[in-house]
Amino acid sequence: MTTSEIPGGTALAAEAALRPRRRRPFTFARVLRAAAPYLLILPVVVVIAAILGYPLYHLARLSFQKYGLFELIARHGTDVGWANYSSVLHDRVFWDVLVRTIVFTVANVALTMGVGTLIALLLTKVSSIVRVLLTAGLVLAWAMPPVVAVQVWLWMTNTENGLLNYTLTKLHVGDYFQHDWYATSFSQLSLTTSLIVWGAIPFIVVTVYAGLSQVPHELVEAAEIDGARAWRVFKDVTVPIIKPIFLVLTSLSIIWDYVKTDFGRGAAISILMLLIVAVLSVFYVRKMVRTSHEAT
Amino acid sequence: MSARRRRTRFVWDAIGLALFVVISFPVYWMIASAFKPQDELNGLTPTWIPLHPTLSHFRDAMNRPFFWDGVKNSLIIVSVTVALSMVLAFLAAIALAKFRFTGRSLFIVLIIGIQMLPQAGLIIPLYVVLARYHQVNALSGVIITYMTFVLPFSVWVLRGFLLGIPKDLEEAAMVDGSSRLGSFTRILLPLVAPGLVATSVFAFITTWNEYIFARVLLNDQSKQTATVWLSYFTGTSRNTDWGGLMAGSTLIAIPVVVFFLIVQRKIAFGLTSGAVRG
Repeated sequence: MTTSEIPGGTALAAEAALRPRRRRPFTFARVLRAAAPYLLILPVVVVIAAILGYPLYHLARLSFQKYGLFELIARHGTDVGWANYSSVLHDRVFWDVLVRTIVFTVANVALTMGVGTLIALLLTKVSSIVRVLLTAGLVLAWAMPPVVAVQVWLWMTNTENGLLNYTLTKLHVGDYFQHDWYATSFSQLSLTTSLIVWGAIPFIVVTVYAGLSQVPHELVEAAEIDGARAWRVFKDVTVPIIKPIFLVLTSLSIIWDYVKTDFGRGAAISILMLLIVAVLSVFYVRKMVRTSHEAT
Repeated sequence: MSARRRRTRFVWDAIGLALFVVISFPVYWMIASAFKPQDELNGLTPTWIPLHPTLSHFRDAMNRPFFWDGVKNSLIIVSVTVALSMVLAFLAAIALAKFRFTGRSLFIVLIIGIQMLPQAGLIIPLYVVLARYHQVNALSGVIITYMTFVLPFSVWVLRGFLLGIPKDLEEAAMVDGSSRLGSFTRILLPLVAPGLVATSVFAFITTWNEYIFARVLLNDQSKQTATVWLSYFTGTSRNTDWGGLMAGSTLIAIPVVVFFLIVQRKIAFGLTSGAVRG
């Protein structure tokens, strides 16, 4: 980059001065420099390969084997080719669970992204005291360990004297006295969704808000002076600028929420799930690899 | 500010406050319940604030068997995992941020791909592997398992922090006659220190919160972690000790919340830095 600023002659001279150095034969220092990045990533690769490499291989192999009680005693499976896969793919339960998982994931991601973006936009409108309060509340929710959050949710929704039943009855939403939220799978899934969304929103809000604050004020003001209404300003000025963040966040949410809703059992199902996540995440990986190349 | 503007600002503020109440309420309710005496907890009409606050639930929770074992094991696992991961991840992050090499894209795909593995599907084969190395029911087995999940994440975030350092600074140091190592320790390390702190705190939180692997890999109660201890708390389904449970939950959440408040902004930046810049 800097050479282009120097007038041509000097640049050539500078390059000529460098050239003999570059043609140096193999030296220890040069070999070391070429090997440096590999040496740097080696420990990470070794740890991951040692612990995850074999399980993945084992999982893949197991998915082509019959491995029942008899095989467990004999300590080795019998190869059955694609039989596990075809039995899983022909299993109605698998498709039911798959459809339910997809619906559940789509609902979670749509809710998280929608509500999260709305709250981020709200943060740009409120006075600074409310902004600090709301951010603090979000961070509290974000920081709660999932195991703890689950216990708090169970306590608030318990049948005998749960707070949710009491509040809903008091507000005349209906008679929820001793209502069992875990009786039907629908209300159970709804509670799970509310828990996931509650835990996932803060990250979205903080990141989208950070993106929103990068939108230059001059652009918004210029658009307003030109007579653009709030919606137009949002659509034509704000959205294009925060779009990259938005896309990355959506794919991240899909991956995280999907990984949370694992109903699958068995090696073949695990492999299929892996493939689904892989397909879903192609966009995210491509984007990250590309930006990583541009950044250096 | 015109009257109309002030009115809309007021409406936004009201909505913001309502959201604040809804979002932080579960956390408040956990802490409030932990301080309530038994009759306030069991009453059919909930009391919104503890009228006669008591510390007995906290005492009960701490005196329950294996509470201190759980805390101790969690602390050992967390500190070893974080310390080892940070060193290894920092090295790999330097390779990603400062070098171009064949196989770089492949390494990035590996790093991102691992974070997407459905963990539930890996538990059983992982158990088999660790059993082969005699690492089941041993803290070291859990530590190395956690490292495989902490490392990819840390490499990625640290890479973001390293990229945030202007190249000119390093080059200036080199021109001034420092070696590559000299420029590293004097220029790069101080600049990336906040990033290292943020990443290690986040790794601390992830490890402290982890539950599934600890539950499967550690069978002895004396070896279980704090989160596993909490999951065993409930007792019989008919007669849950909600006060003690909430006190236990509060105790386990406190270190996480404190650390989290310190670093959350930096982490959000590190995770998306590549995306924003691209």
